[in-house]
Amino acid sequence: MAILEVKGITKSFGGVKALDNVSVSVEENTLLGIIGPNGSGKTTLANIITGFVKPDSGSVIFKGKELIGSTPYAIANLGIGRAFQMVKPFFHLPAFKNIIVPLSSKRVKASTTGGYGDKDAIALDVLEEVGFERDSSVPYKTASVLPHGYLKRLELARLIALKSDIFILDELFSGLSIAEVTSIIPIIEKILQEGKTIIMIEHRLKELFRIADNVIVLNYGQKIKEGKPQEILEDEEVKKAYLGVEV
Amino acid sequence: MKENLRKERIERPVRARSNDIYALMSWQEMWFLLFPRIVPIVGIALLAYLLPLYWQKVVITTCIFAMLATSWDFLSSCGMLSLGQALFFGIGSYIAGSLNHYFHIPIYLTIPVATLGGGLLSTLLLLPVIRLRGIYFAMITLILPLMIMRVIEATRIFGGTEGITGLSPFPNIWVEITFIMAAMWTTLFGLRRFIASDYGLIFVSIRDNDRATMASGINIYAFKAQALFIGSSICAFCGAFMTHSYMFTGMPVFAMEFSILPIAASAIGGIGTLAGPLVGACILLPLSEILREFGTLRIVFYGLILVLCVVALPEGIFHYASRKYNEIERWVRIE
Repeated sequence: MAILEVKGITKSFGGVKALDNVSVSVEENTLLGIIGPNGSGKTTLANIITGFVKPDSGSVIFKGKELIGSTPYAIANLGIGRAFQMVKPFFHLPAFKNIIVPLSSKRVKASTTGGYGDKDAIALDVLEEVGFERDSSVPYKTASVLPHGYLKRLELARLIALKSDIFILDELFSGLSIAEVTSIIPIIEKILQEGKTIIMIEHRLKELFRIADNVIVLNYGQKIKEGKPQEILEDEEVKKAYLGVEV
Repeated sequence: MKENLRKERIERPVRARSNDIYALMSWQEMWFLLFPRIVPIVGIALLAYLLPLYWQKVVITTCIFAMLATSWDFLSSCGMLSLGQALFFGIGSYIAGSLNHYFHIPIYLTIPVATLGGGLLSTLLLLPVIRLRGIYFAMITLILPLMIMRVIEATRIFGGTEGITGLSPFPNIWVEITFIMAAMWTTLFGLRRFIASDYGLIFVSIRDNDRATMASGINIYAFKAQALFIGSSICAFCGAFMTHSYMFTGMPVFAMEFSILPIAASAIGGIGTLAGPLVGACILLPLSEILREFGTLRIVFYGLILVLCVVALPEGIFHYASRKYNEIERWVRIE
């Protein structure tokens, strides 16, 4: 059964149709890749699912619940975690204190039994999971001085701390070196092994196609193709939209 | 050959040693922590108790503005840029004044009621615009006190332009001074502790990135309302206190100076530290009194000193001082 059902989403900004009757079905415990050229509506779709933008029409059903009209924090508490494309952590806080914020959410409070756990210790555990060296000074550094690679990991850690069921990762790999991406992929695979569902919006197709189960392609707000990575790779229409070549 | 040098800052060893429970290891560590706290507390207390009556009143006003500035900094730390401390201040002042004048409620009740009631009323008043951010929120807070002032003038409620006079004073100046100093230090240390707690850091996270805070499952509007209540209650307390101190409330309590001076004090003292604005207020208010001798030129000198402070130390006095106190600077060779 699909864990997330997006049906007929349409959204216009002024005269521009950002999304035109887009439907997506996400199966539980799979990794869905969303690709498409700049301005094709990928981030708008993520914004609609997570409640930051209201669509003109359509519905988003998560575990049988309608999400349209819910606030972003209510949706986060239901179990849809969102990592942002522009990494803006809580700059004034040390890295591990960044993780205290999702740990204070209703969702985590409700799932934690046995009174007050030591939030700092949990935060450090989560950071270790995404590759912050525990015995180093890195988790204690203020987020504003951390390099880009760590900030991307911090975004991922925020979703892990929130115990999200669905991870929506908006261009997680952008701005990272190949070595950095290679070291993040095992973390993503581990999240999948834990039974979570992942939606990745990505421009780094090579890395994405290695881990994705399904891929959808957006172009000018329309879904032009859906299928296994191999099928997408060989599709003529996708090549045209992406590379602009006449076929 | 000239060497390439770079300035490096490292934490003083004593600071690392005085972290947490380790501060109890020796007198040196304890003194390191206590010194910057005890000196201002004792210093201001000595001044307040020993100075002549006129300057005692200056100390009281300074404390009031220090609290307004601390509350402004607290609100800005929670992502709410307020240009209307006068709104909270004025509401507190009018509540205390009216309760005392119309219902003859004694002073030891009017101040707590005005503090909590003023905070609640201010929060309810701004609740519809709590979704606004940055300059848009600031514009609303700027215009509201001016509107209320004109409403009072036009409808002549609460004494109209005359205001309400003859309110109950404090029993004596000593009670007054002790009370306001206790309130000021409680506010400062309370807020500093609060904002460093796991609960308080959510407020800072809203300022840094409200979208990511929402995506972390936090209802930011509930938190903003709480911050607004805390911040405006402090201002309302100041208003109620000043009302009884001057035995008067009237339209001037909504004046711009109650909004602008706290911001100037924060800018000089160092935004984001809570203690900085207090330092700033302790410089600006007495300075403005000293400059009275210059008559009309007072504002010119005042402005000049303000400009000098901001240009020389843009980060603020408190940031600078705390860095010097906590860190050692040394030159190291660049590899």
